[in-house]
Amino acid sequence: MNLIPSYSADGQTHGRFDYAVIADWIPPGERVLDLGCGDGTLLRYLRETKGVTGYGVEIDAQRVLGCIRNGVDVIQIDIEQGLQGFEDDSFDHVIISQALQAMHGTEHILEEILRVGREAVVSFPNFAFRANRAAINAGHMPVSEDLPYEWYETPNVRFFTLIDFEELCAQLGIEIRERLAFDDRGEPVTDDPNLNGSLAFYRLGRAG
Amino acid sequence: MSNCHSVGVVTPQRVAFDAPLLLKSGASLPSFELVYETYGELNAAGSNAVLVCHALSGSHHVAGTYGDDPKTAGWWDNLVGPGKPLDTDKFFVVGVNNLGGCYGSTGPLSTNPVTGRRYGADFPLVTVEDWVAAQARLADHLGVGAWAAVLGGSLGGMQALEWSLQFPERIRHALVIASAPKLSAQNIAFNEVARQAILSDPDFHQGHYVERGVVPVTGLRLARMIGHITYLSDDQMGEKFGRQLRHGERRFNYDVEFEVESYLRYQGDKFAGYFDANTYLMMTKALDYFDPAFDFDGNLDAALARAKANFFVASFSTDWRFSPARSREIVSALLHNRRRVAYAEIDCPAGHDSFLLDDAHYHALLRAYLENIAV
Repeated sequence: MNLIPSYSADGQTHGRFDYAVIADWIPPGERVLDLGCGDGTLLRYLRETKGVTGYGVEIDAQRVLGCIRNGVDVIQIDIEQGLQGFEDDSFDHVIISQALQAMHGTEHILEEILRVGREAVVSFPNFAFRANRAAINAGHMPVSEDLPYEWYETPNVRFFTLIDFEELCAQLGIEIRERLAFDDRGEPVTDDPNLNGSLAFYRLGRAG
Repeated sequence: MSNCHSVGVVTPQRVAFDAPLLLKSGASLPSFELVYETYGELNAAGSNAVLVCHALSGSHHVAGTYGDDPKTAGWWDNLVGPGKPLDTDKFFVVGVNNLGGCYGSTGPLSTNPVTGRRYGADFPLVTVEDWVAAQARLADHLGVGAWAAVLGGSLGGMQALEWSLQFPERIRHALVIASAPKLSAQNIAFNEVARQAILSDPDFHQGHYVERGVVPVTGLRLARMIGHITYLSDDQMGEKFGRQLRHGERRFNYDVEFEVESYLRYQGDKFAGYFDANTYLMMTKALDYFDPAFDFDGNLDAALARAKANFFVASFSTDWRFSPARSREIVSALLHNRRRVAYAEIDCPAGHDSFLLDDAHYHALLRAYLENIAV
């Protein structure tokens, strides 16, 4: 997996293999919407490498400022309130990169992203990853590469696994078109991803 | 920032246009003059010009001082200057007093060339569209083909939006701050109360008060007082004044007792001392009329289809006069038209007036956006 640069506020670059995974699913020149886009690093990367257009959505003021600095078109609204202002089928892809677990209205958000987007790309940390299970077994909430927060300071509000997520998709009539999982070193996982995958990626569409 | 400083002492300039200007109302001005100021230097390519549009009571005096007196600093001096968010080392910044204004541009206080008398109430109603048309003449005069950016807050933001519609090829970026695509009924209602205060003042004389040597001070004062109430947030007013009693006791009369009364009277008196009542009436009508969707059956998406600029739209959380929801209407229409747009909803306690303050996050956003504009 190639490491790609990210553009942090301090001007340092560090690799984000997850961005490259997402970029592989985005054909050049697409219109994309990135929900919970942080400082716009992913969108800037997709713009520079794939020539995409589109917008980021972010609620945090400092991250919105980061987007503006990155020249990313960010819309500062609360995704939990829905995506009003965004029209049906107006994006080729809607991306939620490691942000779904920090939002309350999971079902509503999944419905909204497939309302405004033809397809969705969702990545999230797998709570059932082997190391996380081990932490629970040892009596502690897991802290790992992909769940990097102590329980008392985590922005995450929804903890779920690949199996949980796939069950919800089935309930909501969401078709899983592709799935990838990676361990905590960023290596792809094929064997029992719900146990061996630390970070999961899904390409989703409306069923039928 | 330590390397920020004032543009220093500035001098207003004046330009006369002899070709008639046909107004939205159907009336026509045979000729007119605009008073303006510039800061920084226009580059050889003419690609670094920024127009700053003023709101209801603003003027061409955006930045710098007159004769080194710090009390005469321009109305957006905290934003405009070397090293400031709108950096005059990079940009050539233009401020202009709009047509119908009372700071030197042709308006109700000017002499009507046809009658030889002051226009007074006979000055035609001018609209945001007319202002932009007049500003375009100034751009021609200055050698500005296309603005790198046009920006403004409130009524100024409406002008930035209008620029993108009337002259899509002549504006690369529109910064629309604390504004709206049209006023709400409540907003028009506030304007109507302000107008009635002026129109019912016995010193108004159907708008020909200057010839009588009087000023409808009472009306202007009331108009400004009601305006001020709507520019501040409830919280901020509470924090600033609370129920503080000026004399520390109740006196059971109608003199100033609560501090907020003192504040409003002071603001009203100050304003009535320098602003022209006819201009105030006209400005509020320009606000009321502004509605780019009017000619498109109320469809803002269709109205904004002409725009080609990139947009920065910002609102303030406590602004109830031009609420965030109104800015989001503009954003939605831009999204519909697939324009480039960034939207920030800034957490600032100061209500509508926030756009004039130097809130750190607000200014950081403007700085970041303006820094990314290529010149």
